[in-house]
Amino acid sequence: MNSLIHARGLIKRFEGFTAVDGIDVDVRPGEAFGFLGPNGAGKSSTMRMIGCVSPPTDGVLRILGMDPRRDGPAIRARLGVCPQLDNLDPELTVRENLTTYARFFGIPRKVARARAAELLDFVQLSERADSRVEPLSGGMKRRLTIARALVNEPDLVLLDEPTTGLDPQARHLVWERLFRLKQQGVTLVLTTHYMDEAEQLCDRLVVMDGGRIVAEGSPRALIETHSTREVVELRFLTEDQGRYADKLAGIGDRTEVLPDRILLYVGDGDDALAEVHRRSLSPASALVRRSSLEDVFLHLTGRTLVD
Amino acid sequence: MTPSLYVMEYHLVNYRRTWRASVLSSLVLPLLTMLGFGVGVGAYVTGGVEGVGYLQWMVPGLIATTAVQGAIGESTWPVMSCFEWVKIYFAQAAAPLRVADILGGHLAFMLFRVFTSVAAFLLIAALFGALRSVWALAVLPIGLLLALAAAAPVAAYTASVSSDSYLAILLRFAVLPMSLFSGVFFPVESLPEVLRWVAYALPLWHGVDLSRAATLGLDPGPEAVWQALYLVAWGIAGWFLAHWRYRSRLVI
Repeated sequence: MNSLIHARGLIKRFEGFTAVDGIDVDVRPGEAFGFLGPNGAGKSSTMRMIGCVSPPTDGVLRILGMDPRRDGPAIRARLGVCPQLDNLDPELTVRENLTTYARFFGIPRKVARARAAELLDFVQLSERADSRVEPLSGGMKRRLTIARALVNEPDLVLLDEPTTGLDPQARHLVWERLFRLKQQGVTLVLTTHYMDEAEQLCDRLVVMDGGRIVAEGSPRALIETHSTREVVELRFLTEDQGRYADKLAGIGDRTEVLPDRILLYVGDGDDALAEVHRRSLSPASALVRRSSLEDVFLHLTGRTLVD
Repeated sequence: MTPSLYVMEYHLVNYRRTWRASVLSSLVLPLLTMLGFGVGVGAYVTGGVEGVGYLQWMVPGLIATTAVQGAIGESTWPVMSCFEWVKIYFAQAAAPLRVADILGGHLAFMLFRVFTSVAAFLLIAALFGALRSVWALAVLPIGLLLALAAAAPVAAYTASVSSDSYLAILLRFAVLPMSLFSGVFFPVESLPEVLRWVAYALPLWHGVDLSRAATLGLDPGPEAVWQALYLVAWGIAGWFLAHWRYRSRLVI
């Protein structure tokens, strides 16, 4: 068994509801693996079980070949965890946050200081090393949390929504750093509900909904399996886009009517648009684009808002 | 054991920012209470208590109270902060620490804090001539026992409540009465029977009684062993309660 994470029929139940409802997962060394899903899909519960801070209710779970129920501390010694909400100590300095955390792993003080300096360089925080954490921006805090997750040179890094709440510049910087880690061969497991994040970072991902895995594969394979190659977005000047749905029947594989536009899922967007015009329909705007992971995601998990 | 030391080290690094102010206050506070209660109130209690001058009689009680209040101070808001505000406990739980390490390291830090304030109080009391025997040094371990007996169950309580207004309730309805009725300012024998038993049930009175015997150089008698064991029992029960409550928060 060469998987860093191996789960079969993994279940997490809390009083009254099932957060994770029997999932099978394998994550191989060096892979960047993503859990995608709307809020409440069970991503974070899964991550907490993998992080060995939440015992599975049922099913098989092996992390680094060990059993979290028995070997929690030994597994956690080789994990790096970047939680969804930063839990840095705002009163300590940037450097102290890393060195005190390194001590929890039994890393000698001298090594901890050297490693802290290296990691601060890696996440571009060297200049702030001796300032307190509290006044740092959200992006800086997240980078520091990522640095903290690397302080024990982990075999497996878990990132729970690593860029949620960051501005675009900060997100891109975090992505770039994570990409560098991936190139160094670090195995990354992340949850996200940003499709661009998943497409950028993940070699392979699963889409979760209601505690189950509803699709699995590389971003490209998922698009090929669950969507068409291209999407045509049509906007008609009317209160009720649905009136046009019938007139568009037969174009492409699938039609989706939204309050403000109609989406046609097609193989070739330009051919489809020509057909629309041939039927003497004149949308106020028409856009042909490639299918994205977002289309797959919305198709699989629905458009209904989950809070 | 060692992982608890790493946790304690974290709390010490954190303490390094404020230690000057905290050392100052642990010297000034006993100084003020000594002047206010011992000298001021003592001037009215001219006959002394149980054949001893009021200041000398009361100081060991104040030191024991300092230990308990210090322990409770450290096991209320700071513990809530580790769970709710800074959330550092959760960061620690993600590292290879067990619940016992996280709790044990933090309790060790609390005991360290209490130890320093008790030592400072003893120093001030010695300067005021309020200690009559070298046995007064026994107040240091008594203070540690008392601190554990208070901090462990209170940490369990803090881990169980959702908002810090419950901490204020604890101080108002448990800690304040305990300080008043535990023989710190007057002998428990002056209390009505029922309240006397409340004093016997709570940890503080036993610490006060032991400390008083130590600073006055009196023979505490064989019941001293039982009193010390009673404090140990509070500490052990508190530890298990706190471990259970911490676990239910950190491992879910």
